[in-house]
Amino acid sequence: MPLLEARPTPSTSMRLLAPLIAIGLTLAVGSLLFLSLGKSPVEAFGVFFIQPLSSGNGWSELMVKAGPLILIAQGLAIGFRARIYNIGAEGQLIMGALAGGGVAIAFDGVDAWWVLPLMVIAGAIGGALWGAIPALLRTRFNAQETLTTLMLAYVATFALSYMVNGPWRDPEGMNFPQSILFGDPALFTPWFEGMRVNASLLIAAFASLAFWFFTSRSFLAYQLTVGGLAPAAARYAGFSADRTVWLSLVLSGLTAGLAGVGEVAGPVGQLNLNISPGYGFAAIIVAYLGRLNAIGIVLAGLLMALLYLGGEAAQVALQLPAAITGLFQGMLLFFLLGADVFVDYRLKPRPKPAYA
Amino acid sequence: MSTSPPPFSGPPRDTARLELSGITKRYPSVVANDGIHLKVAPGEIHAVLGENGAGKSTLMKIIYGAVQADAGQIQWNGREVVIANPAEARRLGIGMVFQHFSLFETLTVVENIALALDEPFDLKGLAERVSEVSQRYGLPLDPQRLVHSLSVGERQRVEIVRCLLQAPQLLILDEPTSVLTPPAVQKLFETLRRLSSEGVSILYISHKLHEIQSLCHSATVMRGGKVTGTATPSQETPASLARMMIGRELPVCAVPAFAGEATPVLSVRGLSHTPDDPFGTALKDIALEVRRGEILGIAGISGNGQAELLAALSGETTGPASTVSLAGTPVGHLDAGRRRKQGLAFVPEERLGRGAVPPMSLADNATLSAHGQGLVKHGLLRPKAAWAFAKTCIERFDVRCGGPGAAARSLSGGNLQKFIVGREIMQKPIAMVVAQPTWGVDVGAAAFLRQTLIDLSREGVAILVISEELEELFEICDRIAVLAEGRLSDAVPKAQTNAEKIGMQMSGLFADAHATDREPDHAAA
Repeated sequence: MPLLEARPTPSTSMRLLAPLIAIGLTLAVGSLLFLSLGKSPVEAFGVFFIQPLSSGNGWSELMVKAGPLILIAQGLAIGFRARIYNIGAEGQLIMGALAGGGVAIAFDGVDAWWVLPLMVIAGAIGGALWGAIPALLRTRFNAQETLTTLMLAYVATFALSYMVNGPWRDPEGMNFPQSILFGDPALFTPWFEGMRVNASLLIAAFASLAFWFFTSRSFLAYQLTVGGLAPAAARYAGFSADRTVWLSLVLSGLTAGLAGVGEVAGPVGQLNLNISPGYGFAAIIVAYLGRLNAIGIVLAGLLMALLYLGGEAAQVALQLPAAITGLFQGMLLFFLLGADVFVDYRLKPRPKPAYA
Repeated sequence: MSTSPPPFSGPPRDTARLELSGITKRYPSVVANDGIHLKVAPGEIHAVLGENGAGKSTLMKIIYGAVQADAGQIQWNGREVVIANPAEARRLGIGMVFQHFSLFETLTVVENIALALDEPFDLKGLAERVSEVSQRYGLPLDPQRLVHSLSVGERQRVEIVRCLLQAPQLLILDEPTSVLTPPAVQKLFETLRRLSSEGVSILYISHKLHEIQSLCHSATVMRGGKVTGTATPSQETPASLARMMIGRELPVCAVPAFAGEATPVLSVRGLSHTPDDPFGTALKDIALEVRRGEILGIAGISGNGQAELLAALSGETTGPASTVSLAGTPVGHLDAGRRRKQGLAFVPEERLGRGAVPPMSLADNATLSAHGQGLVKHGLLRPKAAWAFAKTCIERFDVRCGGPGAAARSLSGGNLQKFIVGREIMQKPIAMVVAQPTWGVDVGAAAFLRQTLIDLSREGVAILVISEELEELFEICDRIAVLAEGRLSDAVPKAQTNAEKIGMQMSGLFADAHATDREPDHAAA
């Protein structure tokens, strides 16, 4: 006997509650985890969620991490609404970083205002082009973008590895796989002395505003949503399915590419193998946790950034392994997907004895 | 079709085969069955008559064990039983032929039947039994054929034979004739009468009054989840049965003449198309012409190219420019959006998921096809305009709903259809293509929709209607053509043809040699 039955209409309150339930369950299971490791959950959560925010630098780091997560998630959400699943934003981020970093390396030593804007533009184009490949494969050969975007993410990783081990390796870097350190004209200037938060955050903020307007008001976003909810209705209305694919993948590639430049021209300051701690993948969770809504994504991005910081703090203060961050991210997504089932379904009441 | 059934000659009627008392089933938003009483004698063909949503299907599912009643008793051959699941029902001797078949396309007939048996089997022996049973009851069927190569009528035979193999004492058929051509209906009735004479009771669910009158010994009429009467159909008139079914007189459409000039608006020439779907039907050299002020009807059983023709007309599939033209302009190469701009409106068969986006509000659904009516400006949505458009549509076309903010999927089939038809009409089309206008729609809404289409045509719009319901086509159309096996017959004025002629054409238009025993191949996927 199935436990669930379909709701007559999807529950709006459940849609908003699901992220909160997922967070609650993650905390509950996290407590059990800490207990089994012999740590006090109260202390552990203090380290995880309070300590990172107890200093100005902590808030700066929160913004440094939230920026790329939010930026990428905004782009992904456009595609997810249309059921175009780009899960290779990590690859588009790397290609954006490579394109932007390439500009920085090419113009190393040039002290001009246009170096940084050029890097940003190159990064956006690099990411967008990397997103355009799966779009072409999908529209020309009907290759599923779920597979192609992920595979191209690995290709991008190898491309980065090749470049920093080969052509772009720093000649004075003692054979480490990394490029030269970028000069000041190729870097975002930190806003505060000794902190890393910088103007690249404005890109994420502007993107959030733009995507909020785009998704709530534009006819194009309406067409994307219809294509996701009811593909046959989109065909009936004469909306182009190919355009949906192109727009979704190129836009999400573009935002991921921008995030990539933000990293290499910001906290990282060069090309190396650690330019992203998995932002492209974590942004998928951010997009869903934020209900594919521009404002929700901002909140979800902040939470996910806090998880990154908390994970780092837990490594130092509690001697927990680095995998703790991934574990919490995974639990969050797992419980969110579980809770989302109850948007469209509800528990079936126990069958009453029939024919009483 | 108006012959009355042979006199009832079953075993003595004192012990009912099936007796239901006080069956009640509540769903969160509706009481589907409210204290239902029903009695079927051995060998009796008993009609359960009612509109869509009257609760017939729920009641049958309760008898078949697929749904559990909240209250009430079931007596089977005089003994009280609890039917916990369909397997239990089959053990008791209850078989059911569903409206929508559950067959695997890539398996053979005998493999499909084997899958549904509750007992062990050997395929070879089973194939022999299938042949034997199918011959005995006049249901010719080759056990080794793959299901995807069977016509819809043949698929239904598979379902019936599957039930008969288990020697049922009660057979339930849910709207069995909706997929059959008129000659195939007559053959089915012969089979059912033979079963009845052998003592098998039959519960026959339908809303087609003339079928019930020619086949059934008795009838239980349902409305709004309750039994509103029992009757002996042969002693009733269609009007009196309809009154019981809908609670008032059967509405009749007014069909005035068209005064304007009947110039051609929508024309199709030399349209051939082979679909990508391997189980689809290829269109062969279709030609038709719809003029101002008329309704052209296309009859035929779904799966004979209806879906392909509709897609070619709407622009969901495109082809050479010259194949379709609108007011003299070739549009065969244009997609659905561009054809709409040229004045073509389209009402698809599937309302939810195609004609409307299920979770979106009616206001948002107005934008789906009516975005050219000022609902979008400079690439931006105009929610207020969409709201006002939806509101006007709701008022003008009597859509019963919670207002422009109501989700499309919260509407009943009839009300959603009124909204979609209204939305298309409000775009002031010069031609309109409508598929299955009243499919699954209650009688009141169906009459409203038919009258709306007639009135629209008399205002000078060219209308093409594709429907499986022959009576509907004869009621509203000026000319009728038949689509069978991907070919379209010439359209004939309604006065020069009749249901029998059309029915013969439906069962194999150009294949005279074996027209009597064969329905067109290939069902809709």
